[in-house]
Amino acid sequence: MLGLAFHGIHDPVRWDTASARPIPAARTATAGGAAGTVRFEAVSKTYRSASGTVQALDAIDLAIPAGTIFGIIGRSGAGKSSLLRTINRLEEPTSGRVIVDGEPIEALDADGLVALRRRIGMIFQHFNLLSAKTVRQNVALPLAVAGVPKAEIGPRVDEVLRLVGLEGKADVYPSRLSGGQKQRVGIARALVTRPAILLCDEATSALDPEATLAILGLLRDINRRLGITIVLITHEMSVIREICSDVVVLERGRIAETGPVWRVFGQPEHAATRALLEPLSRDLPEDLAARLRSDRTAGASLLLRITCAGEALDLAALTGAAGAPVRLIQAGIDRIQGRAVGRMIVAIAGAAPEVEERLRVLGGEIERIGYVAADD
Amino acid sequence: MSPQMIDRLWQAGLDTLVMVAASAGIAVLVGLPLALFLVTSGPRGIFPAPRTNRVIGTLVNGFRAVPFIVLLVALIPFTRLVTGTTIGVWAAIVPLAVSATPFFARIAEVSLREVDAGLIEAAQSIGCRRRHILAHVLLPEALPGIVAGFTITLVSMIGASAMAGAVGAGGLGDVAIRYGYQRFDTTVMTAVIAILIALVCLVQLAGDTAVRRLRAR
Repeated sequence: MLGLAFHGIHDPVRWDTASARPIPAARTATAGGAAGTVRFEAVSKTYRSASGTVQALDAIDLAIPAGTIFGIIGRSGAGKSSLLRTINRLEEPTSGRVIVDGEPIEALDADGLVALRRRIGMIFQHFNLLSAKTVRQNVALPLAVAGVPKAEIGPRVDEVLRLVGLEGKADVYPSRLSGGQKQRVGIARALVTRPAILLCDEATSALDPEATLAILGLLRDINRRLGITIVLITHEMSVIREICSDVVVLERGRIAETGPVWRVFGQPEHAATRALLEPLSRDLPEDLAARLRSDRTAGASLLLRITCAGEALDLAALTGAAGAPVRLIQAGIDRIQGRAVGRMIVAIAGAAPEVEERLRVLGGEIERIGYVAADD
Repeated sequence: MSPQMIDRLWQAGLDTLVMVAASAGIAVLVGLPLALFLVTSGPRGIFPAPRTNRVIGTLVNGFRAVPFIVLLVALIPFTRLVTGTTIGVWAAIVPLAVSATPFFARIAEVSLREVDAGLIEAAQSIGCRRRHILAHVLLPEALPGIVAGFTITLVSMIGASAMAGAVGAGGLGDVAIRYGYQRFDTTVMTAVIAILIALVCLVQLAGDTAVRRLRAR
């Protein structure tokens, strides 16, 4: 309970209203781990319904380091939402442990749980703002229910509203705001207790592209300025690519793969990741796709997709290694978290079956798409 | 109409107002907590008590099933216990309240149930305790619906209070039956109907205005 005491909302040290930056002492003085870390140990969750049991999470082992922007992706029903909600115990694991700031949270009593939730902010897809309260009352609520004196609430609310860029909107009702503004109120409400962790549940899924970029920018800014750990779930790969440093891909309640975004996206190893990335990757032109075959015929060209993370591929070396004419069908470079990821699709006419092996020495990942008959 | 009759109508109007106001007050004081209990004590509620929830739910349905005129008679021993009498305005308030409370509780329950579960989850995520969720989320968010439901309750109680004449409670319904119907005094009958229509319109207008103000936020 040492950690809870240090994060207590009444702790006067934490009420530095001059800056939005939390006091470092409050950040590091947690027993057994830095503030803002989450560890899952064999976390499983089973739902029982009339139609049988559903295994939402299956023995998840995962560590989220302090200060990262950690993305959880997966298809719908993969268990993203369940995993996120075990962090503040909106969802109780069936078995396994969740450890926040070095402290197992399953043993917390009602008071301990309330204290934990005040250290963890959360924002939602549909914002979940109270329609009967003004922006100011919404943002003040976490402090008001924590018993913080009114004189301290006012300045703190103004401060977070400034942080999210909503200075002039304090006294309007949420129904008067746009989607992007509503999510800013949600972020302000989540940050008002100076949490060490911010959970984002599909926070941009209900927003238009412009508001999405603005909110993602704000989240990145908050992460940099306040050092808050951000854990977000999304089904949009572009969101992960835009702001996450690390990512875990969930598939049917299990971890398909995890690691830095540039690596997982650059060279996806699991079929689930590839499937999620499909909309992002430049795909085969339609006329080629229509003529695609899986078996080799005389004079057919072999189509390969080559992905290389980090460094550019040497085209001359590619032609040399192929030992046959190489035609470039499509090529491009994606920037993922500041790293270049090159993708290209090439057609090799009359290629020997072992050509893939020979190309592999060049580095990068080679995937056989199929054969296209040489009728053009 | 004779001056005595106008006097009688005036007194009957006051009696109706007293009966409706007092029993409506009881219906809110008892019905609202009842509605909160019914909403929050379900298996997935914030105060789960499924068995008690089922018992209370059945009890509410039982009272709702009994026609008011039957309730009026069946409750006579209980009324005597509470008010010491079985005739008059105060004796009519008991069955009126007993009838209106479960009615209002069910209507308020519907409004409370319509509060988005996401709001409750959000409140939990910011460290709200269960009493905070009642005070800051459930009641304020459901308030427009509860006020609209209260308006419906009031209007149906004005109707029910006319039946209370059966226990000698007085009120407008009593005058209409004794003078308008039994003595064939069409003028009195018309006057009572006009007053009742005006009363109901007034209540509905006030209720609608309050709801519009609340929803304008």
